[in-house]
Amino acid sequence: MSQSHNAHADHGTNDGSAIAEIKKVTIILSVFTIIELMLGFWMIGMPAGALRLAIKGIIVILMMAKAFYIVAYFMHLKHEVKNLIMTIVVPLLLFVWFITAFLWDGSSFRNLRNTYDPHFKEQSTIKVAPKEEGHSEEHASGEKHEAPAEKH
Amino acid sequence: MSTTTTASSNEAKLWGGGKSPFNVEYGKVMMWYFLMSDAFTFGAFLISYGTVRFSTNGWPDPNAVFRSFPFAPEGVHAPLVFVSIMTFILIISSVTMVLAVHAGHNMDKKGVVRNMILTIIGGIAFLSCQAWEWNHLFHEGAWWGANPFLNADGTASTTNFTNFFFTITGFHGFHVFSGVVINIIMLIMTLTNQFEKRGHYNMIEKAGLYWHFVDLVWVFVFTIFYLL
Repeated sequence: MSQSHNAHADHGTNDGSAIAEIKKVTIILSVFTIIELMLGFWMIGMPAGALRLAIKGIIVILMMAKAFYIVAYFMHLKHEVKNLIMTIVVPLLLFVWFITAFLWDGSSFRNLRNTYDPHFKEQSTIKVAPKEEGHSEEHASGEKHEAPAEKH
Repeated sequence: MSTTTTASSNEAKLWGGGKSPFNVEYGKVMMWYFLMSDAFTFGAFLISYGTVRFSTNGWPDPNAVFRSFPFAPEGVHAPLVFVSIMTFILIISSVTMVLAVHAGHNMDKKGVVRNMILTIIGGIAFLSCQAWEWNHLFHEGAWWGANPFLNADGTASTTNFTNFFFTITGFHGFHVFSGVVINIIMLIMTLTNQFEKRGHYNMIEKAGLYWHFVDLVWVFVFTIFYLL
């Protein structure tokens, strides 16, 4: 009990600065989200290539930055004792390897199939005529839905 | 911790018993560990999505799939608009949650109640948006095992896209739902003066950690499914 009160005294003393921090982080999160969305709109219809990849890279960096601000300030981890921060953050470093290994594996599997599986390669180049834009009447792909096809 | 000269003796005292070496109460440490394990669960989902997407030649264009908006006329396509509203709803409800925790530190019951109500409204608004979107996609023929959308390059797609979308957003939506339930319980406990009697609002902090985690996961889900 008294302990938790001490903990609060550490970072709850000056009211104004805490509120200012919340405001600052809110603005940062909103601005990052708006930048992400602007990049997303920019990417619409853009052909695959280096520029598109670069934009995706920027979006991922912004995503990580937003995650940092939420965890550090909203979840208050930045103001905790260093030992606690380490027990949370160090295990999460496993993700670096998970992401590297699994994405690498995925793209390797694609290369192998494209090289050694002509059927797979051919299937992924055949263009299909787009189904007409009507939606609700389209039972072809979902016969097993018995829900009525009501649509506004 | 602030004194460097007696660091070693401080260290000994820190782990010598009688006080929390992490300077937080037990429940909060355990909430952190739970959230860490939950992060690995979501991470596994999202990484498997990435692996499958990397191993496939074509993939549907999210801007062609998520382009509808409630009450919009039929022909109008508005990619990214609806999901950006959902994102902002969750960010704002996260902010009101921080404000509730802050009010709890100051033993400000009124502030806690007001901000918890706003947070709950935000959570319900998000769930409603998601229910609308799922319903809409379902009526377009998308569901687990059914994918009406072609790949971005016009080739036939697999059901991987919809399977991952509904599984991951569903799992996240279920987290939001449990978060709303937890927040409602916290609100009732606040209104019945439970925390006033205890002399602290630590429970609000723990519920807050969970709620921020839900927002955190959405940052990743939103980016990975709708933007990349």
